[in-house]
Amino acid sequence: MKYMLLIHQADAPTPRDPDAWSKLSEDEQNAVHRDYQAINETAGVTSGLQLQDPETATTVRVENGETLTTDGPFVAVKEAIGGYLIFEADDLDAAIELAARIPAARLGGAVEVRPIAEW
Amino acid sequence: MVATLDQAFRDEWGRVLATLIGLLGDFELAEEAAQEAFAIAAARWPQEGAPENPRAWLVTTARNRAIDRIRRDRTLAAKTRLLEVPGTAPEHDMDDTTIPDERLELIFTCCHPALALDAQVALTLRTLGGLTTDEIARAFLVPEPTMAKRLVRAKHKIRAAGIPFRVPAPHLLPDRLAAVLAVVYLIFNEGYGGRGELASEAIRLGRALAELMPDEPEVHGLLALMLLNDARRDARFADGELVLLRDQDRSRWDSDQLREGRGRLERALALGGRGPYLVQAALADLHSEERQDWPQIAELYGELARLTGSPVAELNRAVAIAEAGDPEAALALVDTLELDSYPYLHSTRAELLRRLGRDDPAITAYERALELVRSEPERRLLERRAAELRSADGSNARP
Repeated sequence: MKYMLLIHQADAPTPRDPDAWSKLSEDEQNAVHRDYQAINETAGVTSGLQLQDPETATTVRVENGETLTTDGPFVAVKEAIGGYLIFEADDLDAAIELAARIPAARLGGAVEVRPIAEW
Repeated sequence: MVATLDQAFRDEWGRVLATLIGLLGDFELAEEAAQEAFAIAAARWPQEGAPENPRAWLVTTARNRAIDRIRRDRTLAAKTRLLEVPGTAPEHDMDDTTIPDERLELIFTCCHPALALDAQVALTLRTLGGLTTDEIARAFLVPEPTMAKRLVRAKHKIRAAGIPFRVPAPHLLPDRLAAVLAVVYLIFNEGYGGRGELASEAIRLGRALAELMPDEPEVHGLLALMLLNDARRDARFADGELVLLRDQDRSRWDSDQLREGRGRLERALALGGRGPYLVQAALADLHSEERQDWPQIAELYGELARLTGSPVAELNRAVAIAEAGDPEAALALVDTLELDSYPYLHSTRAELLRRLGRDDPAITAYERALELVRSEPERRLLERRAAELRSADGSNARP
């Protein structure tokens, strides 16, 4: 089965927010880098492309043929997707184990595991 | 359907269904095929007599039905494991030695944490318990279509999300077994609160688990806990009124079940267990002694509180401390607990204050408990206690 793992950063610090990032100890910062690298090197993982901050998102709707744009992501900034990856695994248990290794999951964010439709 | 056949069906359903899911790799298909096979048996067996090996007959018949269905619907063929395995000719009858018992795989799938708890409960009762959707709906007081939707949704998620049909790997087993035991205990407690058929069903599930996982102390611990509590079920009520343990008529306790429960408890202890279900079972056993050993009961509640972090266990420890002769220390402990919305905190405080002769605060505490309590018999018990205090007060004030 193929799964998409959607990473929601929420309050999880990233290097793009230096204030929050600096609150992590050096060991913790290194662990975050190391864990993401290990995940990207896990068999079955296809890393996602890196996304810029949710604040840079533009949301588009079309009403009566007119294109409406709003500043920001579709959901609240905190709930927006920060990144994603694809994982090919035997079953949901394997995907849950991988999700639990993603640093965002333990630092105040969450990972949503979505099976990819196959026909 | 005749009653004996009905019971035989209930006993076989879980095993047959589990085997079929293992064979077909598809919950929905397995359930439909099993249903067909059981319906054919119900029509034929009363006239023609039951086959020599009913389980093998049911599995074979259901499997043949499933294959017919697959042939009719070729798009399913790719999804089934069955057709990839050469040598499982449908004409060939299976016997008991070749039918794998996959109930354990089934219960771990049904109690997978990726499913909502209410779906885990419903699915376990439907697949392993063999209850109908309607029976489950009635037991949980929800409309039948709601329960049907819940089951369909859960089965769809199992397939679509790839929830595995297998016993979890050793490093996952402790957590996942805890989830299974929690589902069984939840079913038991629904039954203990009044719907007795659910309590019996939970005990049946507990027995099956103990047979399937004979080396897991907490499995025996949970079964012991359920048996010991359920043995006192009839004595908990007299004329529709709740009877506290110390006032219960012991002749109405089910002595066979108490004995079986103690046997399970000993087994769990012999396996080196010290988990929360075992401790609760040991407590249930101590509570059923003629003379209660309150200091030991207090100690075990302390251990339970450490294991579970439960303030309710602390509250029970306070009760045991009071019974052991120190209501003042018990009250001090109760007043440290953050359980303001829990009716038994207030009924316990009321009882302790009453014993310490502080009638007015006791009445206030009874009143707070009455605001929170939901069960009618419990409400009446608290009202009786409060009324006794008020009249005692009145007679003191105006002799």
